[in-house]
Amino acid sequence: MLNIPLKDYFRETRLFSSRLTIAGAVVLLLIIVLLARLVQLQLISHRHYATLARANRIKPAPIPAPRGLILDRNGVVLAQSFPIYTLEIFPEQVGDMAGLLGQLGKLVRLSETDLKLFHKQLRERSRFETVTLRTHLTDEEAARVALKRPYLNGVELQARLQRHYPLGGLGVHPVGYVGRISEQDMKRIVKSAYRGMRHIGKLGVEAVYEDMLLGSVGFEEVETNAHGRPVRTIERIAPVAGKNLYLNIDAKLQALVEQALGKRRGAVVAMEPKTGAVLAFVSTPTYDPNPFVNGIDAQSYKRLLDNPDKPLINRASSGQYAPGSTIKAFLGLAALELKDYDPAQTVTCPGWFSLPGDRHLFRDWKKLGHGAVNLHDAVVQSCDVYFYRLAVALTPEGMKDFLAPFGFGQRTGVDLPDESAGILPSPEWKKARGQPWYPGETVVTGIGQGPILVTPLQLVAAISALANGGVRMQPRLVRAAEDAKTKALSETVPEVASEIPLRDKGNLQTIISYLTDVVHTNKGTAYWIGWNSPYKIAGKTGTAQVKGVGQTETYVESMVPERFRDHALFIAFAPVDDPKVAVAVIVENGGHGSSAAAPIARKVMDYVILGKTQSPAPAAVRQENDE
Amino acid sequence: MNLQRLHLDKTLFYALLLLAFLSLVIIYSASGKNISLTGAHLVRLALGFGAMLLIARVRPESLQRWSPYIFGAGLLLLLIVLGVGAIGKGAQRWLSLGLFRFQPSEILKVGVPMMLAWYFARGDLPPSLPRIAVAAVIMLVPTLMIARQPDLGTAVLVLCSGVFTLFLAGMRWRVIIPVLGLVAAAAPLVWGGLREYQRSRIQTLFDPAADPLGSGYHTIQSMIAVGSGGLYGKGWLNSSQAHLEYLPESHTDFIFAVFAEEFGLIGVLLILALYVFISLRGMMIALYAQDSYARLLAGSLSLVFFLNFFVNVGMVIGILPVVGVPLPMMSYGGSSIVALMAVFGVLMSIQTHRRIVEQ
Repeated sequence: MLNIPLKDYFRETRLFSSRLTIAGAVVLLLIIVLLARLVQLQLISHRHYATLARANRIKPAPIPAPRGLILDRNGVVLAQSFPIYTLEIFPEQVGDMAGLLGQLGKLVRLSETDLKLFHKQLRERSRFETVTLRTHLTDEEAARVALKRPYLNGVELQARLQRHYPLGGLGVHPVGYVGRISEQDMKRIVKSAYRGMRHIGKLGVEAVYEDMLLGSVGFEEVETNAHGRPVRTIERIAPVAGKNLYLNIDAKLQALVEQALGKRRGAVVAMEPKTGAVLAFVSTPTYDPNPFVNGIDAQSYKRLLDNPDKPLINRASSGQYAPGSTIKAFLGLAALELKDYDPAQTVTCPGWFSLPGDRHLFRDWKKLGHGAVNLHDAVVQSCDVYFYRLAVALTPEGMKDFLAPFGFGQRTGVDLPDESAGILPSPEWKKARGQPWYPGETVVTGIGQGPILVTPLQLVAAISALANGGVRMQPRLVRAAEDAKTKALSETVPEVASEIPLRDKGNLQTIISYLTDVVHTNKGTAYWIGWNSPYKIAGKTGTAQVKGVGQTETYVESMVPERFRDHALFIAFAPVDDPKVAVAVIVENGGHGSSAAAPIARKVMDYVILGKTQSPAPAAVRQENDE
Repeated sequence: MNLQRLHLDKTLFYALLLLAFLSLVIIYSASGKNISLTGAHLVRLALGFGAMLLIARVRPESLQRWSPYIFGAGLLLLLIVLGVGAIGKGAQRWLSLGLFRFQPSEILKVGVPMMLAWYFARGDLPPSLPRIAVAAVIMLVPTLMIARQPDLGTAVLVLCSGVFTLFLAGMRWRVIIPVLGLVAAAAPLVWGGLREYQRSRIQTLFDPAADPLGSGYHTIQSMIAVGSGGLYGKGWLNSSQAHLEYLPESHTDFIFAVFAEEFGLIGVLLILALYVFISLRGMMIALYAQDSYARLLAGSLSLVFFLNFFVNVGMVIGILPVVGVPLPMMSYGGSSIVALMAVFGVLMSIQTHRRIVEQ
């Protein structure tokens, strides 16, 4: 110890002490910095960070509400939702999409259509949403995906409710279908109401009653960890299922009619005259709506679009046709209502008619004419010449004013989208379009040709007005909405669309008796469906020209290509004394109303009134009285 | 139990015991009630206390004699680690000793101040310029080696342990100020020498929201944890940030955030007080130490302990960049706890082997 050089012990100690004091001061200063920061985080900004922590762990997850069922009047399910497995991709979490799809292709069957649809949705989707790759996974496929799921980033296996139409094309036009929510849909919907939902009603009742069917989305607050895995449920607001809709349609009747129309294009609407309840609403050909639910592939869609039979068109309420002779049922009533007009006065029908000072010939369907006919005979035999003259007597304005309350030229207000209004022309209407009204147009309007166009739905509503004492009811597809939970039914109330203003209510009975004779007398154009009917039918046949027949030509059905053949029409109601059902039938290019359209109407009426189908009429009756 | 006979400083010992207990409590929660992990931490604490007991018995004079060898051995191990790291890829900090692995850089956290204290004790104080230059070499060689591993956090701590020794040795202000100026001038050079991820960590400090899922993620999540704790905290075992794994490294580097979330500002104040108390107690020991070596070493070690704490907490509460510095005692991790307890062993040795000399 002695050879250690002597150090200034006290000086060193003083120096060290002062340095240590400085260090201690710095330590305290730094502690104050920490404290200040901690106070800032834990006291001043505590709320902010508490919110962030909550937002971190609690993710609100929507619980989609089950969509309401659509059932027929007897409870037959037309549209339902059932759970399926879907394979969905969350693109934000996927690094190598092509690689991932390749891997998934080994686990589940991925068709080219699946991949095409997937890429299409991928382009159109909004951020932070999953995109469906496959639907309807089999249990086996779902199990395979579930097993590999932890190693596949961005892949989700979901159980979703899938809309399904168990009867396929049956009733597709009235029922409609749902499809994926498109970009256009996004613009008009309330987005919050559709959280977690992927589908929306696109057509038919599915679209019109969207709000009722939809239900309301439930919510679940789920605690999730940093990897997005749910840990536990904190709060749950149960979804409210959509309402079940009972239609007035009878699925059996609908099927019967579709079968009766067979491969022909046409439309049939059956309605209760007293309530407006639509019992059958058929447009053929039909198509299967199921492929539309998850997006139909372009090829199949093009096939449907290019099909010359145009299955996508709803002929019953959107198809517009010349009413042909069916208009005589209403113009006949107009004649009865006309002042200073004698319905008993006979007119000689030579088989043609011409306006004074004009050489143009308006032909009768019966080449040699009907001879002397009064209004009754003209309606029963559907004499064109009589109605040519009547039309001139009524004047175009008179016809328009009389037909308007029957609902021609305006939408019936049925609970379906895209209804056509038809055309109820007048000189004024043509003038508005910059065209003159030709006197000949007045003449042909008398037999339901020319510019006048109607929909099958308008026709059935109009004939129902005759059946219902001049009160026209609004057609209704939906009978009642049922609360899915309480099963409480709220029925739709029948609504009066209009009342036909009549000078004499007795005229209504008169025209109905004429129309009954159309079916039940041997001169009547529809006798071959009436001769063996156990109940009384009032009806009117019609044939609407598709192709004009030249002045000197004769129309021979068998020689005209099918597409240019006349449309066959028939309107009727029965039983006459207590009408239960009214029907309008149009068979495109079907030829004559009596042979092509009337038998279908008879089947409908038999079903409703007798609850059975009718045996075909003998061929002899058919030939004699064809219009 | 006669602590004096065991060469333990009673005050320091009880404070450390309390800290050890708190660390077990919080590691149990942060690890998601992982018993085996908490048990492993307990084993390491026991090892650490054992090391402390052992070292406390050694006379400071012996420590002083061994100082150059400890420093030399540390350097050698660092070289080995660097060599192994050159063969493997990425950061190489660990040396495997069969049963357990340890970081040689931990040895140098004690080794550098020991070496410098030994060196300064051999001459007059305050140190002359040439002696300062030698001291600079002694501290810079291991610092640069550790920085190359790369382990920026530990490198800074090792460098600071040397700087603190220099400062306590009485390096004159007229030298300190130009050196500080030089360091400030060299800062851009250092910035250029940093790796990309190291730079982004520092940039993140000023704007963590710029890259919330990348480099800013740790800071944001840990600030959320601390801030959401509030005044009273969410209660023990209720850290949602840690349990739902939003907070990374929750039982190692970011354990302070879990503590702050569960026990709130009140719990944080207790922990802060405990760390400051331990640091100040160490400085007291330095103040009463009887020779240059002892007080330089004790003072420097106490300050490094505090700095270690400050850097970790600063990182957790978002005022310092994210560097991998564990919270002394609390963070789960073997060699850091044993090294830390060895430091306290040294402090206790210095405190309990004083000759009774009145100043």
